[in-house]
Amino acid sequence: MRAFSYQRAPNSAAAIRAAAGQPRGAATSASVQFLAGGTTILDLMKLDTMRPQVLVDLTDLQSSYAYIRSDERGLHLGALTRMQAVADDPLIASLYPVIAQTMLLAASPQLRNMATLAGNVLQRSRCNYFRNSDWGACNKRDPGSGCSALDGLTRKHAVLGVSEQCISAYPGDFAQALVALGATVEILGSNGARAVPFEALHLGPEHPERETILLPGELITGFVVPAGPWTRRSTYVKVRDRESYEFGLATAAVALHMEGSRVLTARIALGGLAYRPWRAHEAERSLTGQTLDETTAMAAAQAAFAGAVTHGENVFKPVLGRHTLVRALLQAQSMRVA
Amino acid sequence: MLTVNGQTRSLSLDPRTTLLDALRDHLQLTGSKKGCDHGQCGACTVLVGGTRVLSCLTLALAVRGPVTTIEGLARPDGTLHPMQQAFIDHDAFQCGYCTPGQIMSAVACVRERKTTDAQQIREYMSGNLCRCAAYPHIVAAIQAASSDMASDS
Repeated sequence: MRAFSYQRAPNSAAAIRAAAGQPRGAATSASVQFLAGGTTILDLMKLDTMRPQVLVDLTDLQSSYAYIRSDERGLHLGALTRMQAVADDPLIASLYPVIAQTMLLAASPQLRNMATLAGNVLQRSRCNYFRNSDWGACNKRDPGSGCSALDGLTRKHAVLGVSEQCISAYPGDFAQALVALGATVEILGSNGARAVPFEALHLGPEHPERETILLPGELITGFVVPAGPWTRRSTYVKVRDRESYEFGLATAAVALHMEGSRVLTARIALGGLAYRPWRAHEAERSLTGQTLDETTAMAAAQAAFAGAVTHGENVFKPVLGRHTLVRALLQAQSMRVA
Repeated sequence: MLTVNGQTRSLSLDPRTTLLDALRDHLQLTGSKKGCDHGQCGACTVLVGGTRVLSCLTLALAVRGPVTTIEGLARPDGTLHPMQQAFIDHDAFQCGYCTPGQIMSAVACVRERKTTDAQQIREYMSGNLCRCAAYPHIVAAIQAASSDMASDS
């Protein structure tokens, strides 16, 4: 690991000051980086994929930004809340089950004890050509250098929202729940606070080195998940190579508002399949007003993958993704909701 | 300043030093093992403030709270912790390399009340890999120690 200096930010203003003023640009190469749980950044620093000169430790901000609160507006989650705290929260499990499930199905207990919610949504690609800097070409790591994955091992790569610049898959789970439930992300920077639809946080693959809309020095401080008639009937299906402690090959977060067997509102996000946290708008539209059964669920799944682009080995992913979504929809329908 | 197994030590460390390297190379506590060094295998699991974490992905400078390692589990008179004894009684290892991490994780697993049945134990021990595949015996050891630890407290 390359040398860096370490500092603890006593409050959000100090953290923002420490990281503001850097040139806007690549997420990987910024010289000042925030440290929360550390489970992504220390891993990538050991791999020499990230090379910060300064790490600003945010842990002392826990007193302000680690919280779980619920009111009539919805669910409020602090950015520095640990994943396991959300996984263990009984209120989230009953009112927002899809959120609890994305936590329980992610990583391992040790990692969930360390990792924070904001760090989780900002976790970096698991593409081996990004992680391993021995591979010369990676537009995400080294802008303009190309993409080693295009003719490489692509089994775990994305089929939705990709470009010839980058086909890596967004690896997280929680983000799918936030996208499906229409959450807002709260951001604090040197110009004050702003709230942005979570769906707009992650950028597309046109400039793979730029992953989010966050400006230098900006901190995610929290998430607001709006209350709605669909949050209780919500679920997360994660299909992966082993039963636990593995990234998803295909995942689906689904929230339904039903009247009998008829869908009033469907909210759907897909993971493991797309370049960024992915809302399946076409699938949602195709279900609205329909009676939900295996046929209409598959029609929605067809719509979700109409624009899929495969590369080599990942040709199976639209098929797996469709079946994953069908299973999630039928599973959500069968939930008994008080 | 690092408090490990009840003893507070003052160390001068390069910021790059992980908690795992501080324990092994600066405090000569070599019980915690370096397996993958990337947070994937669990061999380095320790408790910080009573919570199980991966010491290979924790900077020593960032540690807040007391650290407990495998060396801190036994009583001063040498009596093993119920989990250590259960691992021996149930032959819950072969090569032993992952065992300190397994035991630290297992102790936390019991305290977290995630040992209702074998399936839950397997899920909550998923972060600790064993290449000898001693998993059935590890689960049995945790089930046994779980009741011992409950009767102790």
